[in-house]
Parts: sequence; structure tokens; C-alpha cells
Amino acid sequence: MKLVIVNTGVANLASVNFAFKRLGVEAVVSADPDIIRSASHVVLPGVGTASAAMRSLTELQLIDVLRELTQPVLGICLGMQMLTNSSSEQYSQQSSNHMGDAPLPCLGVIDTQVERLQNKDNLPLPHMGWNATEVTDHPLFKGFASEQPYFYYVHTYAAPAERHCIARCEYTQPFAAAIAQGNFMGVQFHPERSGDAGARVLQNFLEITC
Amino acid sequence: MLAKRIIPCLDVRDGLVVKGVQFRNHEIIGDIVPLAKRYAAEGADELVFYDITASSDERVVDKSWVARVAEVINIPFAVAGGIKSVDQAREILSMGADKISINTPALRDPDLINRMVDEFGQQCIVIGIDSFYNETSGHYEVHQFTGDEKRSGKTAWHTSDWVQEVISRGAGEIVLNCMNQDGVRQGYDVAQLKAIREQCSVPLIASGGAGALEHFVDVFHQANVDGALAASVFHKGIIDMDELKASLADNGIIIRR
Repeated sequence: MKLVIVNTGVANLASVNFAFKRLGVEAVVSADPDIIRSASHVVLPGVGTASAAMRSLTELQLIDVLRELTQPVLGICLGMQMLTNSSSEQYSQQSSNHMGDAPLPCLGVIDTQVERLQNKDNLPLPHMGWNATEVTDHPLFKGFASEQPYFYYVHTYAAPAERHCIARCEYTQPFAAAIAQGNFMGVQFHPERSGDAGARVLQNFLEITC
Repeated sequence: MLAKRIIPCLDVRDGLVVKGVQFRNHEIIGDIVPLAKRYAAEGADELVFYDITASSDERVVDKSWVARVAEVINIPFAVAGGIKSVDQAREILSMGADKISINTPALRDPDLINRMVDEFGQQCIVIGIDSFYNETSGHYEVHQFTGDEKRSGKTAWHTSDWVQEVISRGAGEIVLNCMNQDGVRQGYDVAQLKAIREQCSVPLIASGGAGALEHFVDVFHQANVDGALAASVFHKGIIDMDELKASLADNGIIIRR
């Protein structure tokens, strides 16, 4: 087992790193293409905006490196969103340089896209807190049987609960709590901050082999 | 359905959890790490650490306890108190805190909110607001420096205007501390929270006044807040987390069990 957490430079890595430590796994935090390629499992964390994260991956010349990985890859929150074809979160909320309506291209390894959650019933956004999640029998959710675990979410953008969706949640609309295509998996929630249920998802990820 | 959150708040001074009456006569409750772990294990949905060392002193404060907390707990937590700059925020977030909460520094320099949101994203910027009902003027007024009795006092802001201001600057969540209720354990200020809820487009957390199980039921039912923060009822063992969550569930409130 050689777990590598991709150091995107913008994400908060400490809590993800600590979560694996609690499972007894020492991760390597790196942005080095060779180290990432040689991993048995790769985690792509993410906090912040999609445009900042994609810019950082481009500068680090990691776009193709990540796309070509064949081992299990887990994207967390924004990391999950970066695995999709595109994100409509294309510009910083505070800046005025609106680039038009074209969505931001992402890694495109899971064939779906990320859009803003709709405003509905005056529900506050971001979607922040613990929400009941309907899981499937994907190996990432091994052991949850028929229960609907609560996971911790903080986000305003999401992928639809359609193509490649392996867990489903609802807030203002149904959305994908997790997606997967081949060796690439992503969770919209924060397993590192989702109590015992989240720890189980991380443990399941480590047990997946491709 | 999104669950309502129960958020114990721990006051921290020099890396220890303390308890004080009106910010005086602090008594040490214990080491921060085992207490944080205990609350997480008991079912708290989130924790807030309020660093009272930082709020009233100018000196550089040792924040290494943030990393020690992040290492052991598996629920989200926020750090409040004395965070005045983007660099200080970065340090705390890089040690593993999920959110930072700012109060007085945002009043002194509202643009700080924009800078932090641009740098770290909306989701980790919480604005704490100390709101006092002035019976003479009939208004809810925002106070600052409430951690320091020598400097504390009201600002020119009415609470509802400041709420709109911080939302327009990108705040991701608001903790509304109703000062009239604070520390007296007579219940949350449901009327004020309900009024703010109606105009607040981001998550709203109630703070100040929790003293009994029914206060939590009331604030969720009547003010529809997203979370309820409390300190002394948990520290003193007046309310048991399990019992609280059972009671909320019995009252039809969605809660994580």
C-alpha cells in the first residue's frame, strides 16, 4: 500500500492526512508526477474554487498525469468535481471578470458535469451540514447495508444524480453524493469529517484494487 | 434531509479549556484534546473553539493545539477568536481547522471578509455577530470586542444591516450570539433569530441562552435555524447529548443519531 495525497497547493490537506493516519496509514503528500504514478492509491482533495484548483493542476503539470492514472483514485469534494468533464463554477464570486457562459473544463475522467445547486424554498446555500445519503453497493460503500448514513457536506455546486452516480443525496434538488467511472471515484461529502461513517468510506477505498 | 446541527463551544486559553463568568475568573476545565474527543464521540455535529487568549491580547498566540485537535477528531470544527488577517487564517486552516470564525476584526475592516472568501472559499468563512437588544432604542445593535470588557461596546450597525453586509461580502455562515440571553440559560432569542432567519440566505447558527432541552426544540421549530450552539449546558453536564438528540427526534426535528 502506497497512498499519495495530491498536493494541489490550494487545498487544506491536514484533515485528509490525519483521517488516514487514524486508519493507521501514512500517506505521502506530493505533487511529483513520478511519486503520484507509483502510488497504489491516489487521493485528490480540494477546498476552494474549481478555477483556482484547475489553474494549480495546470501549473504543476498534473493534468495528464492524473488523467492517465490506472490505480484507484478518490476525489474529495472539489477534488471530485475536478474529475468530471466541466464545472460551471468558472469564476470567483468576488471578482468581476466574468468569462462568459462556457463552463470550466476539468479532468474529464468521469463523464458527468458539475453545476450550481438550484435555489429553492429559500433554503440557505452553501449546503452545509450532515445529510442522509442513499448509497449503492459500489465497493466504496461496502458494509452500509440498507442504512442511510449521514455524511458531512459543504458545497454549492454538485453533479446530477444521473450518469455514474453511486450515492445520492438531496438538498434543493437530488444530486450525486458520489460518482465513479472505472478506477476514478469521487465523493461530494467530506469523509475525513464524517465521523465513523466517513472513516468506513476511506477504509473501503484503501481496500479497492484495480 | 439535512440534519440540524448541535454545536458545543469550548473556550480555550493557552491551550486549555476554561470556563468563566462574564469573561472573568476563569477556571480550567481540562486539556483540550480529550474534551474535543469526548464531545465528538458523544455525537456533537461540529465543535467551535473560541480562543479567548487571542481576543483580548495583542501577543502572538500559540495555536499548535489546532493541529492536535484536527488529528484526533473526525467531525468538523471551527476556530474563533483573534483571527485578524488572511495569514493567520491560512495558518489555522492549514493545521486542519475546517472553518474560521471572525467577529470584531470584520467590523473593524469589513473588506477582510472579501479577502478571506477569495483566498479560502466561502465555505470556511463564518461571521460571528454579537447582537444586543437595546430597550431604549428598540433596536438590535451589533457590539464589538465583547471578549474584552475594557474595550467592548456597541457599533453603529443594526444587526439586520450587518447581516446583509456580511452576506454580500461572501460570508458562508453566520453565528448570531444574542447577548441579552447569553449565560442566563433562559432560552434562545427566538424572536430575533426568526427575524434574521427570514433575511439570511446562508446557514444561520443560534447562540446564547440554551439552558434546557426544550430551548433547542423551540429554536429549531420556531426560528428554523440550521444549528444551535451552546457551551455551559454541555460542560456542566446539564444536558446530555444523547438525550438531547432523542428529544429533538421525538419532536420531529431531523437530527443525526
